Amino acid sequence: MSSVASSPVRRWQGYLHRHGGMRIAGLLALPMSWLVLLYILPLAMLFVTAFWTTDSFTGELVRAFTTENFQRLFTDPAYITVALRTLGVAVAVTLVCLVLAVPISLFMARVASPRWQPLLIALMLTPLWASYLVKVYAWRVIFSPEGGVLESTFGFSPGFGWVAVVVVLTYLWLPYMILPVYVGMQNVPQSLLDASADLGASSAKTFRRVLLPMVFPSLVAGSIFTFSLSLGDYITVQLVGGKAQMLGNVVYQSFSTDLPFAAAVASMTVIIMIGYLTAVRRTGALDNL
Amino acid sequence: MPDQQTPNVAISIRGIRKEFPGGVVAVHDVNLDVYDGEFLTLLGPSGSGKTTVLRMIAGFELPTAGTIHLGGVDVSQVPPFDRDVNTVFQDYALFPHMSVLENVEYGLKVKKVPKAQRRERATAALASVRLDSYADRRPKQLSGGQRQRVALARALVNHPRVLLLDEPLGALDLKLREQMQIELKAIQREVGITFIFVTHDQEEALTMSDRVAVFNAGEIEQIGTPAQIYENPATEFVAGFVGTTNLLRDDTAQRLLGHAGMFSLRPEKLHIRASGTPAGPGERSATGTVANVVYLGAGTRYTVSTQEGDTLLVQVPNRENAADVAAVGAPVTVLWDEASAYPVTQTAHQAT
Repeated sequence: MSSVASSPVRRWQGYLHRHGGMRIAGLLALPMSWLVLLYILPLAMLFVTAFWTTDSFTGELVRAFTTENFQRLFTDPAYITVALRTLGVAVAVTLVCLVLAVPISLFMARVASPRWQPLLIALMLTPLWASYLVKVYAWRVIFSPEGGVLESTFGFSPGFGWVAVVVVLTYLWLPYMILPVYVGMQNVPQSLLDASADLGASSAKTFRRVLLPMVFPSLVAGSIFTFSLSLGDYITVQLVGGKAQMLGNVVYQSFSTDLPFAAAVASMTVIIMIGYLTAVRRTGALDNL
Repeated sequence: MPDQQTPNVAISIRGIRKEFPGGVVAVHDVNLDVYDGEFLTLLGPSGSGKTTVLRMIAGFELPTAGTIHLGGVDVSQVPPFDRDVNTVFQDYALFPHMSVLENVEYGLKVKKVPKAQRRERATAALASVRLDSYADRRPKQLSGGQRQRVALARALVNHPRVLLLDEPLGALDLKLREQMQIELKAIQREVGITFIFVTHDQEEALTMSDRVAVFNAGEIEQIGTPAQIYENPATEFVAGFVGTTNLLRDDTAQRLLGHAGMFSLRPEKLHIRASGTPAGPGERSATGTVANVVYLGAGTRYTVSTQEGDTLLVQVPNRENAADVAAVGAPVTVLWDEASAYPVTQTAHQAT
């Protein structure tokens, strides 16, 4: 056995093979430092800053613990309205995306012939190749109450406001819902659907009792995208939201003048997301993954 | 078959044909009657159309032409959920998001059987496959054999007119498979439901079935009892696919049997004797040398090359040490009863 483990490289490889912990450390050292430096640390600083305040005369940052920002957020009716509107828009976008994505994914994954599937996926992804700003400005032209596309074609436009925000955000985030749901639908074995029909279930019952519960984790995955992307958006709101503001706009407006307050508002969206994920976990629907 | 005089037909298939998009004809022209309480096996190699026929009976595929009658009613175009048949799938197809009990209850639940009643029936069905203590488990917590029995209980709890089984034992290891063969047969006798069983395993077909339908290239080559199929194969394909045989044709048949035609001669019908042993009355013989010896445990298979250049397979039970019968290169005489050679026909589609 003299030929084995002779070179230093070989010996090093042998060492790694025997010490599993070192292999994992080598694998994860780089991504973990990236995560900690660029995600966890800033997030922690965000939470800390949210409990600071600014001097109202000088505008200087005051590094002293206070819950003043959150008190303002929870007592000022204007902010409560904005927070609730943000939540409402995110929920509406997610629901509309779900309602649209389920039939589209069902068609793509289980009805369309395998030959067409790659083309359908490509078509579904093409909007993602265009610039975000171009798309939102296009929608601005469509919704504009004065001479917009809708106005000049149908003589009616809902104008700028939360309806326009929901429509545009749904348009923007729909692919993020379709993709996981499509994959989920594709992963359901045909024999399960056959078995359900075989046992006497109509197509509607098979959909409700077998297909939907089995793709539920995919629906959740998609909804995490649409929900969190909608929660944090402020550019669409600025361009087609009219007077309607969302939490993102509040952050955008106050971060230069009152950084701690902006941090507190931003923390709210993070807390809402954590609440959503906890609620999903509670349903137990993800236990069978 | 339960009643030899007037067996009731459970399923009657007439002129059924299945053509898939792209022009692939999976099933050509199949006619088949399945009797009440019968255990019928559809046997054939992969791609022979046996599974497609089963899927058409279940309703997962609709026939391109022909009719399927279930209990006298034409169900050819009826969706699966309105047919009184249930299927045990090759991959079991248990619902992973439901417990074992919920899986078994599913058929009763979608048919709106009251909860107390369906729970009782599902529990009884689970007990009949000895899995009542596993009711609360998830399918993925069960072994292959257990999943198979859950799939069986889930189908049987609905008391279907016919139970369809699509290679249900294929994924099990040999011992478990043999055990399940016996168990399936026992359950079938007990519940008295018609079983249609699809397999490519000829041994499984012979040991379990009342009748076997041998499929080849989308057609049925022969239907009969296991003994008929094995002893009296109708065609060249059946003789070769079910068991091993010496297929003697043309010049070979002329030389060895004394008349032309095509004949199946099973290896175990042949005897190996010392070279020069004379043939008895009603016997035929051939002399040659042993070209190969394969030890099979219970028996030994010899390949004998005759002087005329023909090859004969001879299978001998190992009543004595195989090496003592004949070794490679030994000159031997092979003897067989004239009646053992069974005439077979070549099928039309095989010639093309």
